[in-house]
Amino acid sequence: MPDQPQRDAIDVRGVRKVFGAGDYAVTALDTVSVSIRENEFFTLLGPSGCGKTTLLRLIAGFEYPSEGEILLYGQDIAGLPPHKRPVNTVFQSYALFPHMTVAENISFGLEMLNRPKDEIKTRVSEMLSLVRMEELANRRTSQISGGQQQRVALARALAPQPKVLLLDEPLSALDYKLRKGMQIELKRLQHETGITFIFVTHDQEEALTMSDRIAVMSAGKILQVGSPRDIYDRPAERFVADFIGESNFIEADVVGVDHDRATMRLSSGAEISAAMAKGSPPSARATLVVRPEHARIVPEGAAASLNGTVENVVYLGTDTHFHIKIDDGSTFVVRQQNSADAGPSLSPGLRAGVLISSDAAQLLRS
Amino acid sequence: MASASETARAADAKDRRSRWLLSAPALLIIFVAAVGPLFVMFAYSFMEKGDYGDVKFGIFSLDGWSSVLLARDIFDDTLGFADAHLTIFWRSISLSFYTTLLTLFFGFPTAYFIATRPATSREIWVFLVTIPFWTNLLIRTFAMQQVIRNEGLVNTALISVGIIDRPLQIMNTDVAILLGMTYVYLPLMVLPLYASIEKLDFKLVEAGYDLYASRWQVLRRIVIPLVKPGIVAGSILVFIPSLGAYVIPRVLGGGKSMMLGNLIELQFGAGRNWPLGAAISITLMALVMIALLIYVRNVSRTESGHG
Repeated sequence: MPDQPQRDAIDVRGVRKVFGAGDYAVTALDTVSVSIRENEFFTLLGPSGCGKTTLLRLIAGFEYPSEGEILLYGQDIAGLPPHKRPVNTVFQSYALFPHMTVAENISFGLEMLNRPKDEIKTRVSEMLSLVRMEELANRRTSQISGGQQQRVALARALAPQPKVLLLDEPLSALDYKLRKGMQIELKRLQHETGITFIFVTHDQEEALTMSDRIAVMSAGKILQVGSPRDIYDRPAERFVADFIGESNFIEADVVGVDHDRATMRLSSGAEISAAMAKGSPPSARATLVVRPEHARIVPEGAAASLNGTVENVVYLGTDTHFHIKIDDGSTFVVRQQNSADAGPSLSPGLRAGVLISSDAAQLLRS
Repeated sequence: MASASETARAADAKDRRSRWLLSAPALLIIFVAAVGPLFVMFAYSFMEKGDYGDVKFGIFSLDGWSSVLLARDIFDDTLGFADAHLTIFWRSISLSFYTTLLTLFFGFPTAYFIATRPATSREIWVFLVTIPFWTNLLIRTFAMQQVIRNEGLVNTALISVGIIDRPLQIMNTDVAILLGMTYVYLPLMVLPLYASIEKLDFKLVEAGYDLYASRWQVLRRIVIPLVKPGIVAGSILVFIPSLGAYVIPRVLGGGKSMMLGNLIELQFGAGRNWPLGAAISITLMALVMIALLIYVRNVSRTESGHG
C-alpha cells in the first residue's frame, strides 16, 4: 500500500472552528490543513482539548467549520449533514443502540440506505464474521462485554462500506490487555477492508504502533505530520518531542548551516551535526533534541559530547536510565539496554561523559 | 454455621418488621381515605335509592347498576339503552383519548427542546412549565373561557382581522372541553417526557445520523423507542384525570357537553340517585383499569417484538 502515488481521501483546507461568540468564543481549530491519503491509517494525536476530536467531528458532519473546506475525494462535504456523507464513525462510548440486538445494530445503516433485504442479510453476516461475533448476533448490546461492544461498533460502522472510517478514541475504555489485542485487530480490519481510517487518540504508543502517518496536534493546530518514525526520530517542535517519548533538550549555538543539516557547538565546546527541518533557518541559538536511547555513556574527556556527574541510576528491567548532571547545569538522560554481560556499573557521584550518536540530534523549529 | 444463619434470619425478620412499621402511616391513610370509601361506594351501588338522596339501608337492589346502561321508557315502561349515558361514556373516552394525543403532540417537542438546552437553563424551562400549577384549576378554566367565548380573545381577533364575520361557537362544545383539557394537562405530559428525554444519550442520535438516518428516521427508530417509558407515563398521567374530569367540562362544556365526572355529580346532587352515582363511579374506575391494561400490554408487546 505505501510508496505508490495515491489519491487523497480527505483534504482539509484552511479549516477553522470557533465555538461560542464574542467574549466567550473558543477557537477549537486554528486554520488546519491536512491531506489524508486513500487506504491510509491516519492518526490524530494530541492531548485532550487539542482539537483532534473537533476535527474528526467536522469530517463526520456533527459540526460545521467556521471557515475552510473539507474535501472527500475532491468534493466539498463541509456543508453536508452527517447522513449524507459516505463516512462512518466509531464513537468513544460506542453509542450502540440499546433497544436493538447486535445484528440489528449492524444492519441499521444498510436499512437507512434502503439496500435490498437479502443484501443486508449477507452483509450483516459478513460483518459478524469479520469481527468474529457470529454467535452473539441476537444478543442485546447490554448483554455483551466491553470488548465485544467495541467490535459491534466497528462492524456497524463498516457495514455500509464508508469511504472513510472515523474512530474517536475507540480503545480508551478497554483495559490494557484488550486494548493491545484490539490494536492488532484494527490494523487487520483496515488491511482487509481497504478503507481509509482516521483514528483519534491521546495515547502516543497506540499512535506509533498502528498508524501509517500521524498528525500531532496541540492547541487547535497541527504541528507535524509524518510517519511514526519521522515523528519519533525527527520531531520538528519541542511539543512533539515532549509529547511523544522522552527527550533531552540541549541549548546550543549554530556555527554552520548546510542545506538540511546544521553544525552546532554544545556548552562543552564539542561540535555535532544535527538534522533540521527544511525551510526553517535556525537563529544563532537553538534547541536540539536527543532521544535518551540515542546517546551512550563514555569515559569523561574530550571524546565525549558532554561531560558531567552521574546523579541518579534508575533500573527499569530491560533498560537502565542514567541521569547525568551536565556541567552547564542541565540534566541529560541516557537510556541503556541491559544485557547479561553488563559493563562496569556507574554509581551516583562519579564523573562520566555522554556521547551523542551521529545523526541522532534534531534541531527544533524556533 | 447454624448460628450464623439464625442471626441472619433474625436480622431479616427485624428488617421486615421495621419496613412494615415505616410504611404503616401511609398504609393507614390509604386504607382509611381510599380503600374504605371504595367499599362504602360498592355497597351503596347495590342498595335502593332514597327518596331525597342517600340510600335505603339494607334494601338490596340492582337498579343502580342497570341504570348505568339501561333506561326505562317513561311512557311504556320498556327497557332500552340509556342513550344519554352512552353518549357521555363515549364522549369521555374519546375526548380523553384526543387530549392524550394532543398533549403528546405538543408536549413532545417542548420536552425535547427543554432536554436539549444547556443544563443551567433547563431548570428555568422546567420551572416555567410548572407555573400554571400555581393557579387554581377553576380560575385557569375560567381564563380559558375568556379566551374562547364568543366575545373572547380568539373570536375578537379573528373578526378584526376579517377571517370570519360571525363569532365561532367554541364554548359549550366538545372542542372547548378538548382545548381546556389539553391546556390543563399539558404539563403532566411534558414533565415525564422531559425526564426520559433528558436521560437519552444524544450520542445515539448522532450515531443514527452518522448511519444515514434522516431526522424523521432518527426520531422514529431511535428517540421514540428509547423515551417510550416517558411517553407511557405521560399518557397515563393525562388520560386518567381526563376521563374523570369534572371542572373543565362543567365550565367549558356548559350543561350541554357532559362528561362522566359531571354525570356522577348529577346523580349525587340534583338526580338524587346515589346507587347510580356509585355504580357509574365504579364503572369509571373499571374503564381506567381496562385502559391501563390495554396500554401496558401493547407497550410490552412492541418492546418484546423488538428483540
